[in-house]
Amino acid sequence: MSKFTISGSPHIQGDESTKKIMYGVVIAMVPTMLFSIYFFGLDAIRVFLIAIAASLFFEWIIQKYLIKGPLTINDGSALVTAILLALNLPSNLPIWMIIIGALVAIGMAKMSFGGLGKNVFNPALVARVFLLVSFPVEMTSWPKPSPITDGLADVITGPTPLGIVKEGLGANKTMSELAPELPSYTQGLMGEMGGSMGEVSALALLLGGVYMLWKKIITWHIPVSMLLTVAIFSGIFWGVDPEHYADPIFHMLTGGMLLGAIFMATDMVTSPMTKGGQLIFGFGVGLLTILIRMWGAYPEGVSFAILIMNATVPLINRGFKPRRFGAKPGVVLTK
Amino acid sequence: MGILRTFALGGIHPAENKLSSNAPIETLPVPKQAIIPLGQNLGAPSKAIVKKGDEVKVGQLLAEAGGFISTNIHSPVSGKVFKIDNAIDGSGYKRPCIIINVEGDIWDESIDTSPDIISEIVLSPKEIIEKIKNSGIVGLGGATFPTYVKLMPPPGKTAEFLIINGVECEPYLTSDHRMMLEKGQEIIIGTRILMEALNVKKAFIGIENNKPDAIRHMTELAKAYDGIEIQALKVQYPQGGEKQLIKASVNREVPSGKLPIEVGCVVQNVGTAFAVYEAVQKNKPLFERVVTVTGKAVKKPSNFLARIGTPISQLIEAAEGLPENTGKIIGGGPMMGKALTSLEIPVVKGSSGILIMEKEESSRSIEGPCIRCSKCTYVCPMGLEPFLLSKAAKLANYEMAESESIMDCIECGSCQYGCPAAIPLLDYLRLGKLKVGQIMRKRSQN
Repeated sequence: MSKFTISGSPHIQGDESTKKIMYGVVIAMVPTMLFSIYFFGLDAIRVFLIAIAASLFFEWIIQKYLIKGPLTINDGSALVTAILLALNLPSNLPIWMIIIGALVAIGMAKMSFGGLGKNVFNPALVARVFLLVSFPVEMTSWPKPSPITDGLADVITGPTPLGIVKEGLGANKTMSELAPELPSYTQGLMGEMGGSMGEVSALALLLGGVYMLWKKIITWHIPVSMLLTVAIFSGIFWGVDPEHYADPIFHMLTGGMLLGAIFMATDMVTSPMTKGGQLIFGFGVGLLTILIRMWGAYPEGVSFAILIMNATVPLINRGFKPRRFGAKPGVVLTK
Repeated sequence: MGILRTFALGGIHPAENKLSSNAPIETLPVPKQAIIPLGQNLGAPSKAIVKKGDEVKVGQLLAEAGGFISTNIHSPVSGKVFKIDNAIDGSGYKRPCIIINVEGDIWDESIDTSPDIISEIVLSPKEIIEKIKNSGIVGLGGATFPTYVKLMPPPGKTAEFLIINGVECEPYLTSDHRMMLEKGQEIIIGTRILMEALNVKKAFIGIENNKPDAIRHMTELAKAYDGIEIQALKVQYPQGGEKQLIKASVNREVPSGKLPIEVGCVVQNVGTAFAVYEAVQKNKPLFERVVTVTGKAVKKPSNFLARIGTPISQLIEAAEGLPENTGKIIGGGPMMGKALTSLEIPVVKGSSGILIMEKEESSRSIEGPCIRCSKCTYVCPMGLEPFLLSKAAKLANYEMAESESIMDCIECGSCQYGCPAAIPLLDYLRLGKLKVGQIMRKRSQN
């Protein structure tokens, strides 16, 4: 035996690691978390803590007693799922529902597929949709944000801007009649509107997105193609009939659009492997979101759109291969 | 400098760590005993023509080519053949070697040992190729493909460009860099000779931009010659790969499974160009080469001109010894080099460097589950999907591995380098290539 280490090349390793990526996502979510605490106060902290504790607990217990594999709770992936789940919940959700959400996310959507990297659907979104269909009342009574600086007033609940539009247009109102009830663009950007904890501030979400792009955790393909699709589609309808369709900027700033585009649709495990595939994936999510928002039963469609597109990922991966070197004559030979 | 040329698909930029780039080439004393493996080239091993007890001189033929893709081997030392026996070589296996006990340093009289540089080329293309063939020259970048074979395009194919590879994209290695600085004139003449042999009018010498001194020096020297152009290339691994360099230099893509001649190109390493100069102008066969000895803990990172057959222990000694915390010794660079099992392994024609790694950097991280981040796909210079290929190989699905172009893999290791889950992707890819290669050979036999 040789006293030296023998292994195949390469003998050096870049400084990327799963842990680093996961904690990078956590850092990117910090601005959004801070904004949600600012607007929803102690309630938000409560949701975060319970979601995190429950998710890590389920990850640990399932890994230890069912999968019987090595400890995985400190790889950061359960933490990311927990925070994403919390950002998808209203801040006044009862504790036991949050715990059920964590169990669905970690236990059903992630660990039952074999754990990290093997799940087909975004775990946090599976949990959100599970809670939404199981507890529709609790999952749609959105507290109105009241800045923590205004003191701890009683929580007032109300509909989201998308809910107002859905209901209003359904009752044959026009967009200009609804306008007084809707947040201004500035309010939307800052997050002063009803919604789940992570859906409020567009600015905070964008900040996180820029961070992840800079750290190369995500690429621009999915968010840009998704948002562009939404802008174009909603823009066409709005251009034709602005009284019965909301404008593209409204669509961008409200609901889970940015949260979905930046943090959920870009989830590595459940999105396509090639850049071409990612563009198609983003297009699909954008299109489905607008279809659901305009004609579906629910006011918000991002979660459903992403989950539906998650299911198409294996197919997209099969159809969209990277361009092989030398596969097609990229240059004309001078002969 | 404007936009630098480079290849388009994938690529990484590991820390360069060119510790020995300022160390001039030092000539190493001849060893006491030379161990000369018979398999030093890609292709068939050579056949020994000397026997135990024979007296040999430096430069004398020891072994003949054992096939079309094979080469002659000449004695790097003078002395007596001690035995022809199996000894451990860079592969880690015991393989046939000629072992010579060295006595003095007597060179064959036919070798021109004067320091004069001869720039006039008198031989015809045919004679040049014959000379290169007889001198045992192989690609010195590390691939060790017999050089003369590349100079004889198959019928119907003609070479249009000669590309000289001065990229040295492997981290740590500096032997080509030092060669260009110290033997630039000879390399340019060697390039001229290769152009004559191939009958091409244009040659490019590609050098990465992290060697500005070499770019300046070579550009200055090339001015005196028509048709030789120095190309500064953006630093990107694996630009020294033949297909990547052709893409960077002349923007052509070698089709899958084909050789560079398909797009009218022949690629040779700068060290090879130097060896060609020595063989053709000085009648000196290939029996020594420049080897970088380097590593973070090495006291004196160096570039040595060493005879083939010198045990690496002697090179390491000359670089002021093996560091105490040595964990791994690599023959070649950190990306594509081979881990060596013993200090008695000799320098061979393909030895570009010896890299000594500290214990802390020697072992791999623990493999985690694939998180489908696609980073391996983004960095693959061949446009492959390493995550998919490695899985196919792991599951022994060789049909899928083949249809997903596993044989296009150049084993550059970029995928594994960038894998956040530390999956040994290249291990699986190599396994897959081996198996698919066997299946393909079997199929073509039937």
